[in-house]
Amino acid sequence: MYGYAGTLLRIDLSKGEISKEPLPQDKVDEYIGGRGLVAKFLWDELPPETEPFNERNIFIAATGPLTGILLPGSSKTHFGSKSAATGGYADSNMGGYFGPELKYAGYDVLILTGKASEPSYLFIDDANIEIRSAAQYWGKGAITTEKELKEELGKDFQIITVGPAAEKLVRFACICHDFGRQAGRTGIGAVLGSKNIKAIAVRGTGAIPVFDIEQAYKKGRDAYRAIYDKPGFTGWTPEGTAGLTDWINKVGAFPTRNFQTSYADHYKEINGKAINDRLKIIDKGCFCCPTPCGKYSHTETAQGSAFVEGPEYETIALFGGSCMLSTIEDIAYANYLCDELGLDTVSAASVAAWTIECFERGILNREQIGREVHFGDLQSIVYLLEKISKREGFFDLLAEGVKRASDKVGQDSATFAIQVKGLEWTGYECRNAPGMMLAYMTADIGAHHNRAWVLGADVTGSSTSVHDLISAGASGETMPKVEVSGKAAIVIDSQTTRPIFDILGVCRLQYMEIGFEVEHYEKIFYAVTGKKKSWEDFRRVSEKIWHLTRCFSVREIKGFGRHFDYPPARLSDEPIKSGPNKGHRITREELDLMLDEYYKARGWDKNGVPMRKTLEDMDMKEIAESIEVKSNHQE
Amino acid sequence: MILRGINENCSGCGICRLVCALENFREMNPSKAALQIEGRFPAPGGYVIHVCDQCGVCAEVCPVEAIHLENGAYLIHEDECTGCMLCAEACPNGVMVNHRGSPTPMKCLLCGECAQACPRNALILEPE
Repeated sequence: MYGYAGTLLRIDLSKGEISKEPLPQDKVDEYIGGRGLVAKFLWDELPPETEPFNERNIFIAATGPLTGILLPGSSKTHFGSKSAATGGYADSNMGGYFGPELKYAGYDVLILTGKASEPSYLFIDDANIEIRSAAQYWGKGAITTEKELKEELGKDFQIITVGPAAEKLVRFACICHDFGRQAGRTGIGAVLGSKNIKAIAVRGTGAIPVFDIEQAYKKGRDAYRAIYDKPGFTGWTPEGTAGLTDWINKVGAFPTRNFQTSYADHYKEINGKAINDRLKIIDKGCFCCPTPCGKYSHTETAQGSAFVEGPEYETIALFGGSCMLSTIEDIAYANYLCDELGLDTVSAASVAAWTIECFERGILNREQIGREVHFGDLQSIVYLLEKISKREGFFDLLAEGVKRASDKVGQDSATFAIQVKGLEWTGYECRNAPGMMLAYMTADIGAHHNRAWVLGADVTGSSTSVHDLISAGASGETMPKVEVSGKAAIVIDSQTTRPIFDILGVCRLQYMEIGFEVEHYEKIFYAVTGKKKSWEDFRRVSEKIWHLTRCFSVREIKGFGRHFDYPPARLSDEPIKSGPNKGHRITREELDLMLDEYYKARGWDKNGVPMRKTLEDMDMKEIAESIEVKSNHQE
Repeated sequence: MILRGINENCSGCGICRLVCALENFREMNPSKAALQIEGRFPAPGGYVIHVCDQCGVCAEVCPVEAIHLENGAYLIHEDECTGCMLCAEACPNGVMVNHRGSPTPMKCLLCGECAQACPRNALILEPE
């Protein structure tokens, strides 16, 4: 099985049983790797309607056939489980060095079930696998734990850790790795925490079987040479994702004050240039990446100083925009605290912003929170993050995420709980960006832009890379209302393309941002696996997985359907108050129009459930039969 | 010629190590590389590149004199090597490859492919 280590590693933590099985050929043939294997294993093996923190939930770590190969961005691990955030399909993608090391150790996929009897970590050293006590690490920060584990085991181990927030099952707890990378979203860290797993450490000294090693080597070298010629090669690296900050503000898509407004007067204090001028130590990258977008930094604030990788654009948008932290130093410190506690920066900042707005409106009071909390105040943020990570008293509610918290608190607080399906919204204001709005509504894991990023098309009318958008600049004048119809096709195209990289086990940024061509992936895929696949073949697999994850949510979430695809009322009922998009909103009727168009293009019924014929055309007959029983079909 | 690492330019990507293993073993396996990248995190933040600087300690300690200086590089003559691995233990930079019971170790041949492949100008091959 060229391109794959060939082994699935299963660990039943309740029984302490470790088994190595051949990676199933049929699953690989149909779903290739990474996200494809995550989705199929979840469908096949999760006992239906298992609760996310129940020990029968499945935790999957999957690499792809191009993980660990000489190819720009071949670093990725794709994690998945039943979602702690939404109760449906969850996955979360991570860079760094863990995935490649897992393959060198001899494993393509790791599946954990059950729960260890005491806090533990997994030790994987080539063929030798142990479940070891994590007693001395339990309760420690995610960064601290990795540092100490590397001191104990050796720096050649690649390690993922969770922080104290995951131990307390905070619904937006993340996985941390290599002092700056995370699998951030859906509470994937909390699922590990619920299994009493603090860390997974792996060292691998084996070779990945390759079909034609001469060609794989040659094409790999060619691929790097091709990237050096691209304009994005030098344009992307200096600021990484933070380079988006200026442009997003200029087009009025920067969320501020919990998405009340859409432009930050202070954006020059919190952008990529501010990181470079004031914080950055080095550009820190992932395995095999020639364009390291990580900015390893040092920050000093009144609340403390810290080393941290970042902040990324999303963290700037949510902590610097939605929470209104006024300096890059403050944002970086909040970022560090999230990394050490093991919290997703997007969801944590979103919960903080919601809490602050509730306080300002008198919906939550000082007695409940324990102090006053304000936008722009780092001390408020630090207080909230630390309390949430412990789930103490009142903060047990906030640890549930904005959807569950607002459902409980009531008093219309759900109208400004900025989430879809229970996952908090990332850093783009969409009330005048209908394509992007639709992207957030229909992403399978909840409100995330990873599946489709089409803001450029909304603003400029054509798809362009982020790098090109930044280079082109923006007028900053008041934007006209963007037409809402006709967005389905462009969103679906993006939702088909972007996950291909998650399936192959590589980063998408080289293609999306730097103009790296698809031919490289096709050629290297053939040299590595011996299988001739075209980009179109990859798109078909990606499309199939899209239906599969939708079906999984239909199966797992009671009553799942159309009404789970709407944004909160603020984003349809309230026009944007200020900035270049002042006055704009997308009405409920317009949202319905977009959803109808989208479902039709997808071959789903009016309730957003995949139709039998659509599934049968994709060779998913058994899956169609499974959901027929569960679903609320509406013709 | 000598191989030199410029630590400030290194982003930790490890392309150099994968290329070294491919060049010398035709294996997709960076653990067989004749150079190491060491991260210093969380503090002070940065990478240290450990390369073979052709110091010759390996040749000195070899009990059968199987390591010879040729065109500026110390090379292991595999037909003379007994596989005792004393050279690998003695290497001050820890960059000799003693991999999983292989009969002979491997060391940097000064081929320069790592420097060619580095996207960050963190490895250079220059006259001494």
